Amino acid sequence: MSDKRKIIGVIVENQPGVLARIAGLFSSRNFNIESLAVGETEDPTTSRMTIVARGDEIVLEQIEKQLNKLIDVIKVIDMTDEDYVERELALIKINTEGKDKTEIMHYINIFKGKVMDTSHDTIMVEITGNDERINSFLNIMKDFGIKEMVRTGPVALIREKKKRD
Amino acid sequence: MKGSKILLECLKKEGVEIIFGYPGGVVLPLFDEIYSEKQIKLVLVRHEQGAAHMADGYARSTGKVGVCLATSGPGATNLVTGIATAYMDSVPIIALTGQVLTSHIGNDAFQEADITGITRPIVKHNYLVRKTKDIPQIIKNSFYIASTGRPGPVVIDLPKDVLIGDVDFQYPDAPNLRGYKPNYEGNKLQIKKAVELIEKAQRPVIYIGGGVIISGASAEVIALAEKINAPVTTTLMGIGSIPWNHPLYIGMLGMHGTKYANYSVQESDLLIAIGARFDDRVTGDVKTFAPHADIIHIDIDSASIGKIIKVDVPIVGDAKRIVKEIVDLVKKKEHKEWLEKVNKWKQDFPLTYNNEGEVIKPQYVIEKIHELTKGEAIITTEVGQNQMWAAQFYKVSKPRTFITSGGLGTMGYGFPAAIGAQAGNPGKIVFDIAGDGSIQMNIQELATAVKYNFPVKVAILNNGYLGMVRQWQELFFGKRYSHTYIEDSVDFVKLAEAYGAKGLRATKKEEVVKVLDEALSYNGPVLIDFRISKEENVWPMVPAGASLNNMLEGELA
Ligand SMILES: Cc1ncc(C[n+]2csc(CCOP(=O)(O)OP(=O)(O)O)c2C)c(N)n1
Ligand SMILES: [Mg+2]
Repeated sequence: MSDKRKIIGVIVENQPGVLARIAGLFSSRNFNIESLAVGETEDPTTSRMTIVARGDEIVLEQIEKQLNKLIDVIKVIDMTDEDYVERELALIKINTEGKDKTEIMHYINIFKGKVMDTSHDTIMVEITGNDERINSFLNIMKDFGIKEMVRTGPVALIREKKKRD
Repeated sequence: MKGSKILLECLKKEGVEIIFGYPGGVVLPLFDEIYSEKQIKLVLVRHEQGAAHMADGYARSTGKVGVCLATSGPGATNLVTGIATAYMDSVPIIALTGQVLTSHIGNDAFQEADITGITRPIVKHNYLVRKTKDIPQIIKNSFYIASTGRPGPVVIDLPKDVLIGDVDFQYPDAPNLRGYKPNYEGNKLQIKKAVELIEKAQRPVIYIGGGVIISGASAEVIALAEKINAPVTTTLMGIGSIPWNHPLYIGMLGMHGTKYANYSVQESDLLIAIGARFDDRVTGDVKTFAPHADIIHIDIDSASIGKIIKVDVPIVGDAKRIVKEIVDLVKKKEHKEWLEKVNKWKQDFPLTYNNEGEVIKPQYVIEKIHELTKGEAIITTEVGQNQMWAAQFYKVSKPRTFITSGGLGTMGYGFPAAIGAQAGNPGKIVFDIAGDGSIQMNIQELATAVKYNFPVKVAILNNGYLGMVRQWQELFFGKRYSHTYIEDSVDFVKLAEAYGAKGLRATKKEEVVKVLDEALSYNGPVLIDFRISKEENVWPMVPAGASLNNMLEGELA
């Protein structure tokens, strides 16, 4: 069976130990987690995690079921086949030494990146977008040389259904 | 009210009568409160592992929640094997552990262990109580979590200052768990699909596990079997959910299952799995398991469904309700030909053993225990050959009377579990069918049995070996018996006497009944050393990972 990417929203009790329960579940059940982003929600007693996992159908189904079994998990939302907005932020420090800076700036503009810092031989850029967008920017920047990089992992929300009148 | 007192009041509200426990520094305030407690009895064990297994044996035999208690650090870590054992077999226990002062947590304080961290993967849930005022709601939640849905252990870690703190006490009416809603009702559409599959099937087999016992679904399962005339096989955990002598019962399946159960499963065109989880000891090679069968899987735990094997009709919910609905909807079936075939296998390949000669055969001892207790006893087992022989040859009539560590296979489980079962069933005979290796893992609990006069009987099937491991060495490692010969100098009779229990020994077949009679007429704990044939094997056997059709057999039949 071929591996599939799954993006899940998990609403959990905002309590100590919850992150450990989720992380522990992934390691003890041998699940492959690609990224996990967590933060507060509109309700301060809950947090929302966005988890990206990869695996075959059986594994992905197990992940959802095992998450649901945790007492501190209030809701699991599989967004994979929904109409959702996915955003991730990346900070990338690019090597500019001996490179054509205007070419680099050209790409940063195309990707609507923001320059957050510069030094005489580096530029730090902030890029937001979905997984694909960030990957393609990184691919281009590889040719220039990436000195350092950090990504938040995606967060996602399902779009509201549009009302028709 | 003090935290300790609040805790005891909460336990009383939950109907707790007995706690198996052991004291230590940080739980002193609680033990002080217990000192003047009238309603709840504390059974002082000799090792915390014993306390956890006792709570477990109490829970399995009564259906109630078992409670154990230990101090922080080493006390808490000594519970871990017992908690894991309960987790694997879905047993509702509450483990109360002491913890260092909240202000000391994380400082590597004396006797500090992160027990909520350690137990996280082996509990249904756990709590570190941070405030005295949180105790009542946490106790309410814990009992609810432990005993509902798919039951399991809950650990409650109680820092010393939480036990000492003083607040007003009020017990909540209900749990406050928005993330936990066990689903009991089966999906109607799925039930309808199941009924259709059942009515279409020519060679159905009902395969039941411990879930049927937990759900109390025996009567419904038997009604289903009788209505559709399907043979019933059980897992190790399911033993007792259908009486041994029911004409449709075909015994246990899997690695040491009956040939006729395994043949039936392999030939079946429909497998109705109820409260079972397709463990590898049951399925053998999953790819060749029940190759012709459609599968209906009924389980309270949706994660058990589709985990190992693809199923055609999944039904999540309580076995009792779902099976009852199916029985009401399904048409009667005869399956004459199929049953004839199954019964022919039953006749041709019975479970048997060679009982010639003077030497005591373990199977014979087990048969005699059944006879002499008229099948009324509660049986616990240790782990190894003793456990498998007990599963094969003890004739179990009722649910909750065959108690064994299935999922974890914990040596040293049976004896403390027997004490727990005895505590919950004071008038009953409780027999631990043991091995000479396993019994030494919690032998210290003899002191507990003697002190409280829990009159449990222990039948040690003494083969001088870690027999089950030796059997694997014989079959798969060219008889190289690496470190499985344990015929050390333990004199079990003297050992029993040293603890103030009765010790008995039988070395010849003709002594077996006499010794059992003597044990049964003694009002107190008895350890019986049965010197059995040393290299007896458990047959039949499906090698690990092989197909169920591939059953090895000894020279006996
Ligand atoms: C705590 C623990 N350690 C090790 C094992 C592995 N093991 C399984 S059966 C067995 C031998 C048991 O020996 P004994 O109690 O004498 O039973 P027998 O098989 O001889 O009847 C061992 C070592 C286990 N199941 N549990
Ligand atoms: Mg042995």
